[in-house]
Formats: sequence, structure tokens, C-alpha cells
Amino acid sequence: MRLERRHRSSAAALVLAPIGAVAFTMAVSALLVLWAGAPVGRTYALLLSGGFGSVFAWSETLTRAIPLILTGLAATVAFKARLFNIGAEGQLYAGAIAAIAVGGLHGGTGIELSPWLLFPLMMLAAAAAGALLLLGPALMKNKLGVDEVVTTLLFNFIVLLGVGALLDGWMKDPSAMGWPQSVALQSDLELGKLIAQTRVHTGLLWALSLAVMVWAIFKYTVLGFDIRAVGGNARAAAFAGVPVTRTVVLTALLSGALAGLAGAIEVAGRTSYVTLDMSPGYGYSGIVIAMLAGLHPLGVIAAGVFVAGVLVGADTMSRAVGVPTYIADVIVAASLIAVLVATLLTQYRVRFK
Amino acid sequence: MTDLLDIVANPAFWVAVLRIATPLIFGTLGVLLCERAGVLNLGIEGIMVAGAFTGWLAVFAGAPLWIGVGVAALTGMAFGLLHAWLTVGLALSQHVSGLGITLLATALSYFGYRVSFPKVNTPPTVTPFAPMDWLPIPVLNAQTSLTLFALLLVPLIGWLLYRTPLGLALRMVGENPAAAEGQGVSVGKTRTGAIVAGSALMGVAGSFLTLSAFNAFFFNMINGRGWICVALVVFASWRPGKALLGALLFAFFDALQLRLQQSGDALLPYQLYLMLPYLLSILALVLVARKASYPQALMKPYRKGER
Repeated sequence: MRLERRHRSSAAALVLAPIGAVAFTMAVSALLVLWAGAPVGRTYALLLSGGFGSVFAWSETLTRAIPLILTGLAATVAFKARLFNIGAEGQLYAGAIAAIAVGGLHGGTGIELSPWLLFPLMMLAAAAAGALLLLGPALMKNKLGVDEVVTTLLFNFIVLLGVGALLDGWMKDPSAMGWPQSVALQSDLELGKLIAQTRVHTGLLWALSLAVMVWAIFKYTVLGFDIRAVGGNARAAAFAGVPVTRTVVLTALLSGALAGLAGAIEVAGRTSYVTLDMSPGYGYSGIVIAMLAGLHPLGVIAAGVFVAGVLVGADTMSRAVGVPTYIADVIVAASLIAVLVATLLTQYRVRFK
Repeated sequence: MTDLLDIVANPAFWVAVLRIATPLIFGTLGVLLCERAGVLNLGIEGIMVAGAFTGWLAVFAGAPLWIGVGVAALTGMAFGLLHAWLTVGLALSQHVSGLGITLLATALSYFGYRVSFPKVNTPPTVTPFAPMDWLPIPVLNAQTSLTLFALLLVPLIGWLLYRTPLGLALRMVGENPAAAEGQGVSVGKTRTGAIVAGSALMGVAGSFLTLSAFNAFFFNMINGRGWICVALVVFASWRPGKALLGALLFAFFDALQLRLQQSGDALLPYQLYLMLPYLLSILALVLVARKASYPQALMKPYRKGER
């Protein structure tokens, strides 16, 4: 078997590749549903209706999609420059902690700041926390040649332990009865609801505008061009005069900031305080979303909503037919592998000889 | 300071060091085999979860312990084969494929556990490997035969890599695949074999946790040990002997932080002690970064006739 590069790939193939990959994954995952002893048709129907079947389902899916779109964008930006940021999970938590540090800790200290000043400060602090967390691994990669995958992964564990220590110590909520939970965010910093009686909050607008912003950066700015050049071939880019180190640093700051904002927006829009289970792996799912979207910033929105729908739908489905919710994680992970193969097939022809 | 001496002078401490080191030895050797052939395998974290689960499940279902270890190895090989197909056959990104395998293997294991045990509050247990009481060597006689197996694997893999034609072929495809192909070595087959063998060891690494260190399967039980193995291989300059040294050194600090954490007069929050192993791994990477001699073709997919 060998691969032969296609001269050009059709536009239809590029759109159909992820859809076909997901369909294939769903078909294979049906075997797992059978193993769990549930009827396949009903299980998938419940999964779909639980994620997309009603206004309530949509509201839950969109709520879940907000952090996923943001971590998906974080992965997209970094992967475009071939900076493999697997640390979005830690950066999300760093952003969440920074948000509480700015907007939750000075109750009773007598310092009064207008929320109009405090809100931008909170978002800036969260973005900076995420950005700085990725800056270290990016510089270690660029200056020392240390593989950033391993360092960003290890930082996830370090950050989570650090958050645990903060929730037991400085940021402990005294009224939480020993439950590891931070003090709450000041209520006037919380994001408003987008639809009354649901959990969808204005963080969705943040996620959508940031997706458009990232798209615009890649389409219209020199930085966007530089990022793609470094990702394509760093040596060639350097010869062509692209400032490689500067580009890598800016990529890291942008990617880390997006993941940090995901944390702040989760706190301000949904949870009000930081807990150790506020993210069930959004940082890792962001990588899958970025790949499903073919690293296209606007595609990230669709992929984020899809993954969110599967996760939300799996909860509903599991309550009804008892198939473990982990089926959603299997579908998401298998989609990643399937979409990799499908994308390859749009670029290469497989020849058997 | 005397506390530290007390800890280190206690044989029980060294028993713990060797026990902590065992899964890291298996895992590190597994990563080493893959990377020496030129392929990064970030599937290790998930393959360890899957090996821990399937090995334990086999024993729970009544199989002998060593069959459980075999099942874990087979599980690893299956995922290794998938990784090989994606990265060698299709020449896809080794980073993304490995992460995909970690996510998939972890999700499948958790799904399988929940399907097999829908409503359990306390995890079901098996009778794990017994310590080798009959050995006249202190410290080692408190370990199980899996640890002895891990220790024996180190010279075995060293011999395989440096003293056999197979090992030469494996190292060649990791350094210069085009030259290897010119010598009549099949790059695809050699790399696939190395990934499958390395992944088998990763599966066994996982099964050590459920069949020897503990007697049950827990969620999150691998907890980054796989990633640490990836860091240890860089630290070990891709050499089996140094890999053993790295795993032992790492386990020494891990055991030390556990003792300090438990020593009652711990001044710092316990999470800071738990951070130490991860911080040390990063530090080790930074320290050796300048002189690290990566296998030349690592992470470079090989397509015949393409440069």
C-alpha cells in the first residue's frame, strides 16, 4: 500500500471528510451500545434528542459549547504554528483562578472597585494567566528544544495540584463545609443570561466573537501569515525573514490567553466559583475540536457545538437506557482518529499494488 | 536533616522506591523501543489505562495472574497496531495520533469498566501477585515477580538493541530510514514491530498497577505516569541502562515526597509535595535538553521516494 498525493482536493471532500468520519465513528460505536445491552436505534435517538432535540437541549448544548469553542480555538491557534499546546486544561484552570483572584477575594477588605473596571481587569488577568502558563513551554521549545507536548501535559498536573492547594488554603470558601471550593465571584461580575430560564450566558457571544477574531487574524494580519509560515516550515520561514521566536511567543500568548478566558468565562457564566471538577477535560476535548474543524477557526464553532451536543446528549441517554456516559468520550476520541484518516484521504490517494 | 536520614536508612523506603519504579521501567522501555525506531508514542498514557483495566478484568474473570499480564500486553499491542497504521502506514502526525489513542483507550476502558460493573461503590478486587519471599535478597524479596521481570528486561532490551541484527535495523530506521531501506531493511515493518512491542510493554506497565501494586482498577489511576515515561526517555538519552537509572531516581524522589507528606510535621500543603515528581520531570528535560541526541528520524514520517 502506498500514498500518492492528489493534485487538488475538491471542496466537497473537505466538508464531507469530517461528516463521513463522524458517521463512521457512530456506526462503530454502535457495537459498544450493543455490548451495554441497549437498543442501538433508541440509544442514538435519545443521544441526538438529548443534545439537540428541544430548546432546553439546545440551551444545555450551547452552554457546554462555550468553553469547548474557546479551548478549540486555543488548540487551533497553537497547532497552526506547530506548537503542540496540550496544556489548555491547566491554562483554563489558571484563568479561572485568576478570575477569582481579581473578582472574588476582596470581599470585606474595604476595597471597592466599579464592576466596569473590575470586569475587564478580571478578563485580562485570566487571559494573562493562561498566556504566561504556555509561554514557559513555548520558550523551552524554542530556545532549548524541549518537546512542548510533554511539558504542557505535565503542567496540567502541576496546575491542578496548585489549584487544589489554593482551594484548601488562600481561596477556600469558608462556607463550603470542607468541600474543596473557592470563594465565589462577586455577583456583579457574573455574565448575564442569554435566554431566560436556561443556563446559556453571554459567554457564548464572547466565544463567537473570539472565533471571528482568530479567523480575521489568520485571514488579514501579518501575524496570521507568520504563524502559518512557521507552522508550515520554520526553517524556510526564518530564511524568508519571518521572526520565528517572536511568532512562537505571540502564538503561545494568544493560545494560552484563549484557554485562560475559557476558565474565566466558565466561572463568570456558569459556576461562580472554582472547583476541581469544573472542567471534565475541556482542554483535551479542545484538541479534538480543533482537528475536527480542520484547524479552521469558524469550523471550531460547529465542531464545538457538535462535541457539546454529544456530551450533553449522552447524559440524557444514559439516564434513560443505562449506557455509560463514557460512550460520549469514546465517540469524541474515535472521531478524532477517523477525521485524521478522512482528511488524509482528501489529500492523498491510496494505491494498492 | 536527621528525618531525611531516618527515611532513607529504612529498608521499607527502598521497597517503595522499587515498587514505584516498576511501572516506569516497563513504560520507559516501551517508549524507548518506539522512539528508537523513530516514532513518538503519546498513546502510552491511555495504553497503560487499558492494560491496567483488561489485565485486571481477565484475572477478575478467573484467569491466572500471568495470563492477565499477557492480556494487558495484547491490549497494548492492539492499540500499538492502530498507532502504527496511523503513523507508519498513513504517515499521519505522530503527536495527534498518539493523543487520539490515549483519549480512545482511556474512554474505552472507563466505558468497559462501567458496563461490567454498573453499580459498584467499592471497586471489586482480585488477589494480586505475592512478594517473592523465597529470594534471599532484601528489598527485592518484598517485590513481586513482575518487578524482577522489569529489571531483567533492561539488559535484555539493551542486548537486543546493540547486539542483534534486529536491534541494528530498529536503530537504523530511527536514524536514517532511507539508508536502512537501501540496506534492504523494511522501514514500515521494522517501525510497526517496534511500536507493537513497545506498546505491549506499556500495557504490562498498566497491569502492574492493578495486579501487583494494587488489587483493583480505579479511574485516574495512571495519573500522568505515561507522560512521565516519555520525559524519562529523553532524560535517559534513549538508552535502556540510563532509563532504569532515570526510573529509579524518579521513584526515589516520589517515595521521598510521599514520606515527607506523611511525616506529620509537613509544613506545606500536601499538593505541593505531589507536584514534585512532575516538576522534576520538567527539570530533567530542561537539564538534558542541550545535549539530548534525539534519534535523527524521530517524528519524521517516512514515505518511500518522498523527501
